[in-house]
Amino acid sequence: MSEARDLGMTSEPRDPVASSGSGDLVVVGAGPAGMAAAATALDGGLRVTLVDSGAAPGGQFWRHPPLFARETVPTADLHHGLSTYRALCATLSAHERTGRLTLLLNHHVWTTARDGDGFTVHAVDRGRAPEERTVVLRAPALLVATGAYDRQLPFPGWDLPGVLTAGGLQSLLKGGGVVAGRRVVLGGTGPFLLPVAASLAARGAKVVAVCEAAAPSAWLRHPGALLRNPAKWAEGARYAGTLARHRVPVRTRTAIVGAEGAQGRVAVVRTASLDADGRPLPGTERRIEADTVGVGWGFVPQLDLLLPLGCDLTDAGDGTMAAAVDDGQRTTVPRLYTAGETCGVGGAALAVSEGRLAAVSVLSDLAAPGRPGTRRPAAERRAVARHRAFARAMAQAHPLPPAWPAWLTDDTPVCRCEEVTAGAVRSARADGAAADHRQVKQLTRAGMGWCQGRMCGPAVHCLVSARHQPYAPAERLIATPVTLGALADSVEPTSDPS
Amino acid sequence: MTAFTVDGEPLPFVPGQTLAAALVASGRVAWRTTRGGQRPRGIFCGIGVCYDCLVTVDGTGGQRACLVQARAGMAVTTGETDDE
Repeated sequence: MSEARDLGMTSEPRDPVASSGSGDLVVVGAGPAGMAAAATALDGGLRVTLVDSGAAPGGQFWRHPPLFARETVPTADLHHGLSTYRALCATLSAHERTGRLTLLLNHHVWTTARDGDGFTVHAVDRGRAPEERTVVLRAPALLVATGAYDRQLPFPGWDLPGVLTAGGLQSLLKGGGVVAGRRVVLGGTGPFLLPVAASLAARGAKVVAVCEAAAPSAWLRHPGALLRNPAKWAEGARYAGTLARHRVPVRTRTAIVGAEGAQGRVAVVRTASLDADGRPLPGTERRIEADTVGVGWGFVPQLDLLLPLGCDLTDAGDGTMAAAVDDGQRTTVPRLYTAGETCGVGGAALAVSEGRLAAVSVLSDLAAPGRPGTRRPAAERRAVARHRAFARAMAQAHPLPPAWPAWLTDDTPVCRCEEVTAGAVRSARADGAAADHRQVKQLTRAGMGWCQGRMCGPAVHCLVSARHQPYAPAERLIATPVTLGALADSVEPTSDPS
Repeated sequence: MTAFTVDGEPLPFVPGQTLAAALVASGRVAWRTTRGGQRPRGIFCGIGVCYDCLVTVDGTGGQRACLVQARAGMAVTTGETDDE
């Protein structure tokens, strides 16, 4: 870990409002895509500001405890692709020492705006939460690498304590070394359930069942994508080995259709085998004792910072919309770039390649004198095409079961924040008043609470929209709640161009 | 001992953990109730997206326990509704 030793040590005092130029490029998100993009841009001679809300670089995939806690909270054994992470950390550290990289951790970006030929990025520094300190960044180019979050489908009991997203279980483990429960059932769809099961089992939890809604045979329809990505197979085989060693049963065409609580947390999970549409087959229901449940139905691209800038979206093929980019990761807004899961969910290796390509575009568009110190862009583009093909196959092999609403009852909460039930959402639709999740929001308050529809949006969309229409999140002008004081601080007397 | 307080009671944590990680490590998965149905809520998404894990930190409400790094001596209060 010594390569990463210096990263993140620049955090201490700066001006309350860093309103002067922030280099040539601001990168929002220090996950695989953002780290790779920043490293490539720096190697090419640009000055870069890399901003992330986390306490350590790595994003969700390489989620780590803060640097000072790497020995007291050891989690390196839970990671994949750590050699790439360490190499990126080493590159970023070297550029941080020369002052070309400004790394801002614990910084939450709440909005971005066009500013002449470039961009203004508004953030709050929460490094000493609950204090907030306003930071305003400016640069001629902006790269958004904000990733994705777990997609959730509601079921009766999903709001019981002890029911978490699959990503939530993983974040507690990777970021804090904490195993959230003793007897765990995982459910949903997609390969992500497997590393979560494997890491929980490796840290001593009893993973009672992994319920995968898809049928494994669906993968056989995509032989090309599989054959061209042997690394993915090897990874899958490693998980299979770990799960077999810990005797973790993986049940396919099976879903968690309900949960029941006792003593203030989940106690029993109800699972059922699914028919081809995802409807529970009568007589197949099982009751499984569990104190913890992890659920994930793929991921939703995090587009909050891109939507207000007006960039076009495209169908990601997995039921969500993603940012539309050219083969250099340029959005439809000049000098706005995006890489990684914002362009459609496809994993860390794809994100790294896209981040490098995006940085090459920035270097070219800004006519930077330096050349990227990585593989040639053509090789990187081939890697992106290969990984994208795999992602498309994955999306088709792990679809949302179309009949999933069959396991809802009328009183199942769909919107956790505003406690809007499935019955209320269905009524809004049945009355003919609502045809999309924005109208449901106006009629029922679903999506109007703290999370602004991030949790319920995809599900509400499925309940009211035409089938096969991908989910596009609502535009949110403020991506994270900020205090009025921070808002007031961000209004600068000198910034008026008139 | 490294600890913050939760409703006045000391809760030990490993430096580097978030408030939510320390709470979960102590066996707690819920620490507030919802405004409408008074339902118990705690950690759900773990990455700052769902806002289920809200706590009050040193008198400031609406803090996401899954994002706030625990610091010795912090005063965390729970059990409040999400009215802001």
